[in-house]
Amino acid sequence: MSELQKRQIQLEVLRYNPETDTAPRYQTYSVPCLNEWVVLDALNYVKDHIDPTLSYRWSCHMAVCGSCGMMVNGEPKLACKAFIHEYGDQIKVEPMANFPIERDLVTTVEDFITKLASVKPYLIPKSDQPISAGEFKQTPAELKKFKQYTLCINCMLCYAACPQYGLVPEFLGPAAISMAHRYNQDSRDGGRDQRQEVIATDEGVWECSFVGACSEVCPKHVDPAGALQQVKVASTIDWYKEHLMPWVKK
Amino acid sequence: MEIIKTDVAIVGAGGAGLRAAIALAEADPKLRIALISKVYPMRSHTCAAEGGAAGVIKSDDSLDLHFNDTVGGGDWLSDQDAVEYFINEAPKELTQLEHWGCPWSREPNGSVAVRPFGGMKIKRTWFAADKSGFHILHTLFQTSLKYPSIQRFDEYYATDLLVEDGRCQGLTALEIRNGEMKQFQAGAVIIAAGGGGKMFPFTTNGNIKTGDGMALAYRAGTPLKDMEFVQYHPTGLPNNGILLTEGCRGEGGILLNKDGRRYLQDYGMGPETPVGQPVLKTMELGPRDRLSQAFWGEQQKGNTVKTPWGDCVLLDMRHLGEKKIDERLPLVRDLCISYLGKDPVKEPIPIRPVVHYMMGGIHTDVQAATRLPGLFAAGECACVSINGANRLGSNSLTELLVFGRRAALSAMAHLQSNPTPSSDAALAAKAKASQNRIQALFDKSDGTESIAGLRQEMMDTMEANVGIYRTGEGLAAACEKISELRRRYANITLTDKSRVYNTDLMQALELGSMLDCAEAVTVGARDRKESRGAHQRLDFTARDDENLLKHSLAHYHPTEPPRIEYLDVVITKSQPGIRDYSGAKK
Repeated sequence: MSELQKRQIQLEVLRYNPETDTAPRYQTYSVPCLNEWVVLDALNYVKDHIDPTLSYRWSCHMAVCGSCGMMVNGEPKLACKAFIHEYGDQIKVEPMANFPIERDLVTTVEDFITKLASVKPYLIPKSDQPISAGEFKQTPAELKKFKQYTLCINCMLCYAACPQYGLVPEFLGPAAISMAHRYNQDSRDGGRDQRQEVIATDEGVWECSFVGACSEVCPKHVDPAGALQQVKVASTIDWYKEHLMPWVKK
Repeated sequence: MEIIKTDVAIVGAGGAGLRAAIALAEADPKLRIALISKVYPMRSHTCAAEGGAAGVIKSDDSLDLHFNDTVGGGDWLSDQDAVEYFINEAPKELTQLEHWGCPWSREPNGSVAVRPFGGMKIKRTWFAADKSGFHILHTLFQTSLKYPSIQRFDEYYATDLLVEDGRCQGLTALEIRNGEMKQFQAGAVIIAAGGGGKMFPFTTNGNIKTGDGMALAYRAGTPLKDMEFVQYHPTGLPNNGILLTEGCRGEGGILLNKDGRRYLQDYGMGPETPVGQPVLKTMELGPRDRLSQAFWGEQQKGNTVKTPWGDCVLLDMRHLGEKKIDERLPLVRDLCISYLGKDPVKEPIPIRPVVHYMMGGIHTDVQAATRLPGLFAAGECACVSINGANRLGSNSLTELLVFGRRAALSAMAHLQSNPTPSSDAALAAKAKASQNRIQALFDKSDGTESIAGLRQEMMDTMEANVGIYRTGEGLAAACEKISELRRRYANITLTDKSRVYNTDLMQALELGSMLDCAEAVTVGARDRKESRGAHQRLDFTARDDENLLKHSLAHYHPTEPPRIEYLDVVITKSQPGIRDYSGAKK
């Protein structure tokens, strides 16, 4: 096999320290890279060899922990899955859009955590069954109905991409709603009514303008936009049943 | 300094910490639970586990078989009372997780499916495709949101335990976002903060795996056990150490050398089994220590494939076909394509062994209690020990659950014994000392050592001398070097003096943790003059049951290397025997 290809890139990074800066600024680092690197590797090079004061979050380096979401050339990306070879020699890195900057590339994400918790993202079993009775049965087909929505790593790139979340901060947003949908679709679950109170609201699915940016940026192909549309359709059916056919149980 | 009073403080919010928190919240809704982690819970490294979790559920399996696989796999260094408890609780815990919504993969009839794993005689690994740890972590995190009594302190870095009157009564932690030190006053503390694989340069471990929880307990005077046993996972991507699950081989993947030979047959794991029909407990389904050692053997013989990332062997999964790979190993395929540019459906994947897991950790008994009253530990940071000298794949995810819950129950029992808290003043003085230790890092401006520089020297030392095969000479050099690095560590300087999200400070503290743990590893390894499980010595090639069927316990010293004490292994029903992974007897 051939030698690994090397490149010099200019990494332009948004810096902001609330203790010393009045406004965010940009700082450019010249970084010797291997072409197989990801943007996170370049940031780590800066941290270890050029500027120890640069702050950002990261851990797994394999796109599963969801820590290193940021804007790479204006697009929401996981820094550990943004490959240097897909970019030119100038790469611009900024904190995730639509979230307040805590410092440098670190954003304040409490809003998402609160919203996720609000949709009751846990199994509310249809029926109680003691552990001694064994597992709930669930066929592969039943699993398939919601499996895709379990793949969300909470990286929040969909919030960074969502124009509506940018405009209306109260919007529950793509990941939280698709997680509610995940449990609603689970054959073991009976908690849909409780979740509907949260998600079938003005701040819930009806805020979504179906731009679909969330699904485009999702690194795990969860398709939150699809989940939102399914919730909208189901909620509409609920409304008709309730108002036009009150004798039909939901 | 703000004081937060709580009943139980848990350090670490991965699988074990979350399981402990839920167990406490369910047992008594009035308990105040502080769940403290340096990252948001779903960032914890449990998320990176792929293959699955072992627990006896199928009718062809038995608890005895799981016991025997685990104890033999651990080269008889496991405590058999702990293993007994573990295998009994395992199916209940995995079923509990199912009741909480974990999306386990299923059989056509709707029951939970199991897959084969290395060193296991029967298929008993529950899995959620190849994202098992991820799903376990998120199921636990999401379930924890049900309980208002679990108060989370996300992105708080624990700095010191508060030990007074011979008991652990809380801890200090830095709130990372603003640099403020908080004092947690607690009736009991559970450490569930993971391992420290980042002391090695080539590892599957995430950036956060820096041994902080181990070091926290160690510095507080409770010993670390069996630290010399470090597991290499046989199949990592060669350029960055990304894990390719043992499930690859469980599903039928094979290992080849440069000549296309299934070389494991040359290392006591033959004869060759038919391609695509994996036979349990032999060839590619041998245990991790043996497979990693076989790689080393191939390297010595010149049978490895030369790649830009060094010597490799090949993991061939092509015969599994696209459908099975996509159904059972979708993450593996994605990782190979994304990070190496190779599709396992179309070509063999170059791989090499990679540091993966620490069998050692904070010494606990079968109740998850440490020697320090009021302090409990569970998960990779702890050493119960069920894993002995070599952990079997898919036992660790189950261990998080079983011993996370066990630690919670023990912490409750400790609270019920109504220990009288020491005076506020005494605890505050301890907390102040911890704060001063951190402040000193900010005040010091004449240090000459760089954090990244010392870290690199530590990693190079561990890689060169504390790998798959070790020598007395190499280990002596490593001990000396790590001691030197610990001394030089006193002379580091922070470049970043900010209080807000200061990752320079985090890295400094993490390096301190890693150096403490690395010294326990190297000294433990130097002094263990035998070969057992993952600890292989070229100068002492045999297992020495007469003298060393014992756990090592490393006791911390602030400036000197640790004192090593030995402790008998608990043997109940399985006497040390030969680990036979040849297929002949089958």
